[in-house]
Amino acid sequence: MTTHPSQVQLTEDGRLKHFLTTEGLSKALLTEILDTADSFISTQERGVKKVPLLRGKTVVNLFFENSTRTRSTFELAAKRLSADILNLDIAKSATAKGETLMDTLWNLEAMYSDMFVVRHADSGAAHFIAEQVTPNVAIINAGDGRHAHPTQAMLDMLTIRRHQHSIEGKVVAIVGDILHSRVARSQIHALRTLGAAEVRVIGPGTLLPRDIEALGAKPFYNMKDGLRDCDVVIMLRLQKERMNNALLPSESEFFKLYGLTTEKLAFAKPNAIVMHPGPINRGVEIESAVADGPQSVILHQVSYGIAVRMAVMSMAMSGQQTQATEEQA
Amino acid sequence: MTLPNIEQICQQLAHDLADYLQQQNIHNPLLVGIRTGGVWVAERLQSQLQLSDDATGVLDISFYRDDFTQHGLHPQVKGSELPESIEDRHIILVDDVIMSGRTIRAAMHELFDFGRPASITLVCLLDIGRRELPIQPDVCGTRLDLADGQLVKLGGPNPLTLTIA
Amino acid sequence: MRYLHITNARVLDPALGLDQVIDVYVADGRIQAIGHKPHAGEIEHSIDASGQWLVPGFIDLGAHLPEPGYPHKGTIGSETQAACAAGFTHVCALPDSKPVADSPAVIKLIQEKANQAGYARVLPLGALTQGLEGEQLANMVSLTEVGCVALSNARAPFKDSYVLRRVMEYAATYDLLLFLTANDAALAAGGCMHEGPTATRLGLAGVPETAETVALAQLLLLIEQTGVRAHISQISCARSVRMLNHARQQGLRVTADVALANLVYTDEAVTGYNSQFHAQPPLRSEHDRQALLAAVNAGELCISSNHRPHEIAAKKAPFSDAEAGMSLFDVFIPLALQLVERGELQLSALIQACSSQPAQLLGMEQRLSEGATFNAALINPNSQVTISRRALKSRGGNIPCPGETLNGHVSAVFIGGRHVF
Repeated sequence: MTTHPSQVQLTEDGRLKHFLTTEGLSKALLTEILDTADSFISTQERGVKKVPLLRGKTVVNLFFENSTRTRSTFELAAKRLSADILNLDIAKSATAKGETLMDTLWNLEAMYSDMFVVRHADSGAAHFIAEQVTPNVAIINAGDGRHAHPTQAMLDMLTIRRHQHSIEGKVVAIVGDILHSRVARSQIHALRTLGAAEVRVIGPGTLLPRDIEALGAKPFYNMKDGLRDCDVVIMLRLQKERMNNALLPSESEFFKLYGLTTEKLAFAKPNAIVMHPGPINRGVEIESAVADGPQSVILHQVSYGIAVRMAVMSMAMSGQQTQATEEQA
Repeated sequence: MTLPNIEQICQQLAHDLADYLQQQNIHNPLLVGIRTGGVWVAERLQSQLQLSDDATGVLDISFYRDDFTQHGLHPQVKGSELPESIEDRHIILVDDVIMSGRTIRAAMHELFDFGRPASITLVCLLDIGRRELPIQPDVCGTRLDLADGQLVKLGGPNPLTLTIA
Repeated sequence: MRYLHITNARVLDPALGLDQVIDVYVADGRIQAIGHKPHAGEIEHSIDASGQWLVPGFIDLGAHLPEPGYPHKGTIGSETQAACAAGFTHVCALPDSKPVADSPAVIKLIQEKANQAGYARVLPLGALTQGLEGEQLANMVSLTEVGCVALSNARAPFKDSYVLRRVMEYAATYDLLLFLTANDAALAAGGCMHEGPTATRLGLAGVPETAETVALAQLLLLIEQTGVRAHISQISCARSVRMLNHARQQGLRVTADVALANLVYTDEAVTGYNSQFHAQPPLRSEHDRQALLAAVNAGELCISSNHRPHEIAAKKAPFSDAEAGMSLFDVFIPLALQLVERGELQLSALIQACSSQPAQLLGMEQRLSEGATFNAALINPNSQVTISRRALKSRGGNIPCPGETLNGHVSAVFIGGRHVF
């Protein structure tokens, strides 16, 4: 009952069978994900982009929270692995009670689904499903509350590795609303494990979670100090509702203090790369000259997203399948 | 059981392949090795046939295997490396050991996802029988008859070695 | 007279300085003699309690009984029987039933059900405001007249500090006892666990300590101003302990209790999103836990169960969606004794925090002395129990430690001399 999230997602011999969080995964396993994703990038560049790996498997996109972008990349990834995919958008109101959520999932399991891609507004939802509801269906966490968005973090790792050669020894700054960001949490764990020299988080006190140091990130409150000597600058998306919740006075004041401009980017290393998980609020988190400038790798992130999702989907399906085979044997 | 001398077989294989290509009137072939052992054998053939570097490729069939549900994904997928186009090329597909024929089936499946080759010639260093699919090498180094349960493994790349387990 | 004779028990009543293997003779609902056989009468029944402890019956300062209103979570009968399994002879029932315990009719219903069941006695806490809505005063005097030992708003917030002040002023007029909870609803809003490194790691919204301490400061100032008799229910922070001590040093007569779970567990128990540890007040840091234990050991805090039974489905949800609370009665003794075994909690402090201190607060007598009403429990401290959902007295399966093997269980409970459990 109290299994650590990182353990729930592994088979007994340490292979991935769900993908819930980057926290607690070994450097070797994270590297394996990146290596596998690298191979899938090459299959994406061919005329026939599909591989037959998950032929006959059924993947269900279970989005309890709307996100057309993320859902599409998972859908494309599943299709390029030759899996059949079913998209379900379930408004949270319909599953306000845990019971209903479980009924929905058990029904889908009874239809011989092999994998659920889960996006949910509650932290721990994917973990709950993997541990207590349908442990024999591979669960891919496509974002749970403020907790984790591990595929986004891994595509960011792949981006850093491909554009800065390695993650080892790099100084990485994550800027903006860390408090509400599942992406930031997953990035911090992955960066620490993959050997980043320093992970910094930059933002106002209202948007930096308490005790963020415990995750291995160093808080900074201004861009000049925070960006100094950085190799990688990751901008986070700022949700409009933060202004209504007394967390920020205005978008313009945020942009003045933390918006990434050419001037602020100059504090970082000259070859620093600029990343953003999208969609970008131009003029709020980042100015267009930087978003579209030579240091931006934002569009590459999007293309790597499919390869990374193909990698974790095939690895988790593989772990889940081999575990089932061994249990039968 | 005395194991054959690998380097000698490679030389013989190169020789036989050259004859075969001449016979079939194949020029400018594309030598494609299947990871991992097939790549080493292909490298030997390339140097002995004096083919240029851009006349070779590497195939990683991990994404095309038919035993995914039993054995899962190979933990070290490295990806395939083929030229921009294999359209209308004469491909020489090289593997170290042929047994069931399933690897070759997967490899041919993958090749066709890259394009439509003019022909595929199959070259294997060792044939240990036990075929499960109607696939036979066009050129083969030697045939090994193993006892039940025995498997052969090629080590490499320098030197190439054979072990039986 | 015909006596109940309890022999060979280690009789423990630290409030009286009593800790001795000695015989106890009970008749007519009272302890007639300790250590010597009374001159007249005969022994009707003898209990050999070798290896067991006889302690004053425990008084729970706060449990959530699911009746009326939540039959799927349990009944007064099931939960008062479970309370006996924890050594409780008396249970203060928080007013958050459905309907809310804000009228004499509901109080009478609760009392009737409890009497019918015949297990632990229920001491109802009346609602402070109508419907616990925090706006209009409930009929506090009428509620007290039908038997409410104190009044409480459970964890429901007051509309504003004006209402809180008036509640206290009114209660002070009639010298009513208030059980108050220190919780600033706005600061706690959305939170489902202690705000700290674990919450940050898990991405769960936190309840900061200030949600408790800011509210406690307000309560203490208003208690001082109104002079009301007040008890603070279920504090969870080290800082609250210091604030209470400071207030008492200033001459304020204010008591407080801590839920057992906050002495046993910390926020780290939530790692893994185990919804059984979704509790109110939240489980806090190790620093807080240590300070609370120290306060209990120093006799500054009572211990309450904060028992809250739920059906399994209530906990089968992602952490923040799962209902808060633990079913604690069945595991109260083993968990408390574990603290004693580890040397974190003194046995004498545990007994006093559960018996003499709550008794004093409620103006009751709960002691093992000649002439006293025989409210007591026999505890076998060495019997090993493997905690299993199937063997619970409580209807609530939401126990924090299923499958664990722990020591200690209650073998008998006596209320008014009657062997009820």
